Amino acid sequence: MSNLMSGARILLECLAREGVDVIFGYPGGVTLPLYDVIYDNPIRHVLVRHEENASFSAAGYARATGKVGVCCATSGPGATNLTTGLVDAMMDSIPMVAITGQVTSKLIGSDAFQEADTFGITRPCTKHNFLVKDIKELAQIVHEAFHIASTGRPGPVLVDITKDVLQGQAHYTPVNEIHLPGYKVVTDGHAGQIRRAAQMMWEAQRPYVYAGGGILAAGATPELKELVETLDAPAVCTLMGLGGLPGSHPNFISMPGMHGSYTANMGMYECDLLIALGVRFDDRVTGRLAAFAPHAKVIHVDIDPAEIGKNRAADLPIVGDVKKVLSKLNRNLKELEPEMASKNSEGRKAWWKQIRAWQAEHPIEPVFSADEIKPQHLMYEINKISGGKAIVSVDVGQHQMWAAQFIKFDNPRTWICSGGLGSMGFGLPAAIGAQMAHLDQTVFAICGDGGFQMALPELATLVNYQLPVKVIVMNNGYLGMVRQWQELFYNNRLSSVELSAFPNVELLAAAYGMKGRIVHTPMELASALKEAVDEPGPYLMDVRVSQFENVYPMVPAGAAINEMVLAPPQPVAVPR
Amino acid sequence: MLMTISILMENKPGALMRVTGLLSQRGYNIESLTVARTLDPTLSRMTIMVDVESRLRGLVIKQMNRLVNVLQAADLTDAPAVMREMVLLRVRASQENRTAILKESEIFGARVVDSSVEGFALEATGASEKMEEFIAVMETYGEIEVTRSGMVAVSLEAKKLRLAPPISKTQPETVAQA
Repeated sequence: MSNLMSGARILLECLAREGVDVIFGYPGGVTLPLYDVIYDNPIRHVLVRHEENASFSAAGYARATGKVGVCCATSGPGATNLTTGLVDAMMDSIPMVAITGQVTSKLIGSDAFQEADTFGITRPCTKHNFLVKDIKELAQIVHEAFHIASTGRPGPVLVDITKDVLQGQAHYTPVNEIHLPGYKVVTDGHAGQIRRAAQMMWEAQRPYVYAGGGILAAGATPELKELVETLDAPAVCTLMGLGGLPGSHPNFISMPGMHGSYTANMGMYECDLLIALGVRFDDRVTGRLAAFAPHAKVIHVDIDPAEIGKNRAADLPIVGDVKKVLSKLNRNLKELEPEMASKNSEGRKAWWKQIRAWQAEHPIEPVFSADEIKPQHLMYEINKISGGKAIVSVDVGQHQMWAAQFIKFDNPRTWICSGGLGSMGFGLPAAIGAQMAHLDQTVFAICGDGGFQMALPELATLVNYQLPVKVIVMNNGYLGMVRQWQELFYNNRLSSVELSAFPNVELLAAAYGMKGRIVHTPMELASALKEAVDEPGPYLMDVRVSQFENVYPMVPAGAAINEMVLAPPQPVAVPR
Repeated sequence: MLMTISILMENKPGALMRVTGLLSQRGYNIESLTVARTLDPTLSRMTIMVDVESRLRGLVIKQMNRLVNVLQAADLTDAPAVMREMVLLRVRASQENRTAILKESEIFGARVVDSSVEGFALEATGASEKMEEFIAVMETYGEIEVTRSGMVAVSLEAKKLRLAPPISKTQPETVAQA
């Protein structure tokens, strides 16, 4: 069955078949034919206030759901504005399809109005990209794009569509089959390797689970929990993997890395078997690579063969979908349990004792003051009000690290964070995407005063769609993380990091038509947060925190993971 | 060290850019690159010579294999393979040199593809070092102009080509399963 349709309508048909229910976008000249179809289409379109935020919102939606996030922009500046979000999604392996308009085929290469080589520009920003100049290829390509974005190691795919394709007419027949001969995804994992992995795990005296974003991408949280419990191994989740194991789980240590906890990092250093699951041995986790987990054999499970051995050689590599691999591995572990479990029980008991001793020695403790709001105190209060349940979207910098340290996540896909690229201005638009996916859930956008101002126009989107996002600005008046590095490594010469002229958010919120409040004292913090959460609509809060607080522990650049700079002693105050 | 990469890929716009992008993003300079259609016109075969740190050779191949348009990328640097290059060379020849040039060409297995009062156009194929010598010798006879094809290589091992099967789009649960 086929009927005559415009390219724009074919595109939306394909999106509907892929289960798309919302598009984050910004219209323009060449996408006019598309927006004419969007006008009365059941797929919702969220009009963001800047294309970069369309890509961040789509990422927030994808991160909160696991579904493919879709964003849309016009040719030229619209497309170039998307690129930061594309690279962000690439770095964090987030499934996304970006649709861009392109000038009419005949005009490509003529420096036409709003023409840019989107296909060329976004080639290194995407997992794959397409330029559609023939309407007959459109449906096929859109389905290929979704397949590539959502399978294997997920990632962003861009489809650049010329205006003549969007407004042209063609007979549309639903695509029944796509063929990508060069796109090979290994999901199953080698059975022999998996058996050997189970053997190694029981043989280890000091096993240590290092779980990353791959756990969330694969939906492998139940399997991870089972593994950790069967082995009774301590586990860390990376910045991208938080929520992979419930934050309240007794075996969960915390986040490792540059601002990871003392215990998490010492565990990495001292373990004799590192069980790396859906991770990429990022430099922010490993510190100086040569001194990373020096006593450990490494089992590395990843769906992307190019990740195996990239930074750290694996003693036992397993290429496959971490969910499938873990479910087989768990069966193998159970089979071996009666014979093996008792063998190293003494060693393992000592290992746990060591870990509990580290935790007691250097606990992850918030800092309180009676006179000023400590940033850690803010995160402590947000954690309390969330109870492990709220969706928390963050920007990049000090607040991001404190949030990662102090807020616990009991469910996957509730921590939304630009990990690899570290894009400031991410928190608010990503929260919009997450809130669109989960209208009934509490969503916090925790931003620094720097990142917030990068995303400020999106307050209008919140009000426009009455999205009840709670925007919490951790305001220390500085680009805090850069200031911290200037203090510690550049003789405290604070260069271009002071953010003066921050707007009055009470007036700002009122100007946008939303609730807003400035919080100055520790006394009012808890009640202010409660007021924000109870507010049915969006809420903007400026929390004035102490200006010169630093994030600790800290593994300085180039140092080994056990060479942490710990927090200087602070006067102890009791939380109210 | 100079690495030889052989790539079988889809003959599609942008495919070449994806492959070379992996090298240029690292600041690698491509020494030579040849690409042409295979027997199957939907595919191309490419040979690249590029200076890559030896510890990164495996990673570069893996990242090339990860590209959607690439069916197979292989490192032929230390593998059994035949590598050849073609040289087209124009040499100005005086009357007294002409015989000597022809003799010398014969030694290198070069063919005359054009002859005029000014001189010859010669065509030679062989391993790179041989071609370097050929060019050096011809230079002694007079002014020359050279075009080199860059290396083409064929592996002497039969490598199994594994391709992804077609994917059905009729069951909606096959998609959006990330």
